[in-house]
Amino acid sequence: MMKRTFALTAALLASTLLTSVSADAKSLRWARSQDATTLDPHSGNTGPNHVLMHNMYEPLVIRGFDGKLVGALATSWRVLPTDPTVWEFKLRPGVKFHNGAALTADDVVFSMERAKKPAADMKSLLVSVQSITKVDDMTVQMKTNGPNALLVNNLTNLAIMNKAWAEANNAADPQNLTQKVENGATLAAMGTGPYSLVSRQPDVSTVMKQFDGYWGKADIKNDFTEIVYRPIKENATRIAALLSGEVDFVQDLPPQDIQRLQTTDGITVSAGAENRSIFFGMNIGIPELRGSDVKGKNPFAELKVRQAVNMSINREAIQRVTMRGQSTPQGTIGTPFINGYTKEIDTWPKYDVAAAKALLAEAGYPNGFSVTLHCTNDRYVNDEGICQSAVSMLGQIGIKATLVAQSLRVHFPGIQKGEYDFYLLGWGIPTFDSHYVFNDLYRTKSPSAGTWNGTGYSNAALDAKIDGLNSEVDIAKRNATIADIWKEIQANNVYAPVHMQFIAYATRKGFTIPVDVENTPKMRFVVNSGS
Amino acid sequence: MQITPEDAKATSPSFNSAPSEASLAVRFFDSDLWYSFTRSWLTMLAAAITLLLILSAVFAPLIAPNDPLNLQTLNLMDGSKPPFWSQGGEWKFPLGTDQQGRCVYSSILYGMRISLIVGFFGVLLAATIGIGLGLVAGYYGGRVDAFIMRAADVQLTFPAILIALLIDGTTRALVGTAKSEALIFWVLVISIGLSFWVQYARTVRGSTMVERNKDYVHAARLIGLSKSTILFRHVLPNVMGPVMVIATINLALAVITEATLSFLGVGLPPTEPSLGTLIRIGNEFLFSGEWWVVIFPGVTLAVLVLAVNLLGDWLRDALNPKLQ
Repeated sequence: MMKRTFALTAALLASTLLTSVSADAKSLRWARSQDATTLDPHSGNTGPNHVLMHNMYEPLVIRGFDGKLVGALATSWRVLPTDPTVWEFKLRPGVKFHNGAALTADDVVFSMERAKKPAADMKSLLVSVQSITKVDDMTVQMKTNGPNALLVNNLTNLAIMNKAWAEANNAADPQNLTQKVENGATLAAMGTGPYSLVSRQPDVSTVMKQFDGYWGKADIKNDFTEIVYRPIKENATRIAALLSGEVDFVQDLPPQDIQRLQTTDGITVSAGAENRSIFFGMNIGIPELRGSDVKGKNPFAELKVRQAVNMSINREAIQRVTMRGQSTPQGTIGTPFINGYTKEIDTWPKYDVAAAKALLAEAGYPNGFSVTLHCTNDRYVNDEGICQSAVSMLGQIGIKATLVAQSLRVHFPGIQKGEYDFYLLGWGIPTFDSHYVFNDLYRTKSPSAGTWNGTGYSNAALDAKIDGLNSEVDIAKRNATIADIWKEIQANNVYAPVHMQFIAYATRKGFTIPVDVENTPKMRFVVNSGS
Repeated sequence: MQITPEDAKATSPSFNSAPSEASLAVRFFDSDLWYSFTRSWLTMLAAAITLLLILSAVFAPLIAPNDPLNLQTLNLMDGSKPPFWSQGGEWKFPLGTDQQGRCVYSSILYGMRISLIVGFFGVLLAATIGIGLGLVAGYYGGRVDAFIMRAADVQLTFPAILIALLIDGTTRALVGTAKSEALIFWVLVISIGLSFWVQYARTVRGSTMVERNKDYVHAARLIGLSKSTILFRHVLPNVMGPVMVIATINLALAVITEATLSFLGVGLPPTEPSLGTLIRIGNEFLFSGEWWVVIFPGVTLAVLVLAVNLLGDWLRDALNPKLQ
């Protein structure tokens, strides 16, 4: 029966996936659980979007698989010795866009200004930048509101677009993902990356071919001339595609399949921690929860309720059973990879049903309450499973959660618009600094910050401290403020962190792809044996 | 044409009084239907299995060792346990548990219950629509008939799954994802009802066209009975035979359709699993060696559908005068 089901699945796959796949050994066929929401590089600040972006576009600086910063379109960068509020970037000479145009400072200025526009999700990374100016064709300066010693860390996902192309193709402004609009960059791409776009069918496949004019072509250690990227949502179908040879590389490997694939001939598995925390957000900013039986007041507004939620989540059980060991339980949104993380802040209340029930009773909800929990089912490792576990754990203290598991396409705009009472989210930290956590998740929503704060949490004093981090040059003082902020937000419990997830990749014979701590594997760094 | 007791009853109004319980039973065990039933061991086996499955679905709360719908009783640490005969399995969970620590055996009992209820209501709705429209079309003929039958033709060009997806999508767009989860049961019932009515309508129309010219209908018309009385009290009982056959076979189809929809993720949610949802959840673990999560619900679905289908086949043969 199992064999037959497998054969059937494989046959079905073969018949549906034969489109656009050539038998060419030089093609890298890549499958993961979800697609990018758009190709516009400045619209969505989410992993799946950056993954495609990094193969077609390039930022000034990037991180390798180990997380180390290396120059991409910039060869050198420094803070001006004369003015600590100005960063200067020397551009790489001889870089060409896919249409043959040469990279100039104008493109960089255009792209940075584009990413700062209100519709761009990437704006939060440039919140401290006042202006971007061209010094000469190969030099760009960025002026910050105050001295910002860490600005360069914020630029790793900020793609540089071709100005002339964007203006000619209705892409001068970034696409606004919270509205149903598209622009010229939604389905097209014009960057300097190692691969250029051949075709794009959202949620079906994206084909890229090697760009002959790529400046770093000599350094690429693999012979893939084509990348076929295909979202396959169902875990079992994705693994079947790998086992049957339909794809060469699977990015979102479910924990339950790691062991089996490790013992399969011809398949290599690499696993490791991702710089990403998974957590639940509670909406405290609305007077009444939308999906609750409690009317006239918001239970989450009560600190004791939030503490009870934190206490009711059995993180160790989720790690052991739902994640099969592929996670580290956490009490913070912020991983050991980032500046400002300490073991002391990363604590969580002991799992205690009786104490959590007592807290709920003290808060005035002895019989609990009902709430709707919104979740992704195609974004994080076992996201739906985590939510189901949480629903049963919350049920044990009397909180009756109704689970709505949906695609990230629906889920993310909902969080950004503050539409949910209770939701799951994961936060990766590309800057490797705590400020990125504070600025997007805890700061009051404003045109340039608090972009992913779906909780309605707002604290003016805290906002001032967060904004102050942008211009603090004294690293020791800055770190002291960071520690201070952590203390305050940890006591507030507006989020219930669950864990730092581990990710796993599986590849077919011939090459391996090490786990990227940001889960945005850049194909130019992949080495294959040239089979 | 043999004269059945139904005919006799319908022809003469004086026969219209309800027969007593005893005479019904006697008539049943005397009938050709019962005779042909007792002659086929396969049919008896299918009937026994169907009865067993339906009874265990009905009495699920009494039989099931655990309550899979009550999330408060789930313990994550019981997750991914194999069936009792394998190493690591325990009697508390005879067929093992899924990743959330939910007992597979109990889930199947409750899941089958949901599947059967959806199937039953779906078939009921389809039969109601189909019989009503079929009677009207067959009795009145002409334009009414042409209109209803063309609508049926159009309906036939849509596969059931497509109709269900359309209804599900529209509901989601209209009331939002969160609310549509609560309505999903009725969405499934309506989808199934709207997809399957054509068969009933065509069959009933055909039989009605034959029946409407028979003497008993003329007689009923002569004594001045209203059209609806003639249709429902006189014509309907005489066209019910084929309807019973279709309904039985359709029940199996409806259960499969519900399972397909739930498998595709547009059916019942994982917190309220039907057989299809259970198979969808289990499918995730097919490659990791946790076969029990998908195999047991799959086998249950297959056995249930096969048994009901066999019953339907037998009923069709038994009610077909040409084969008697």
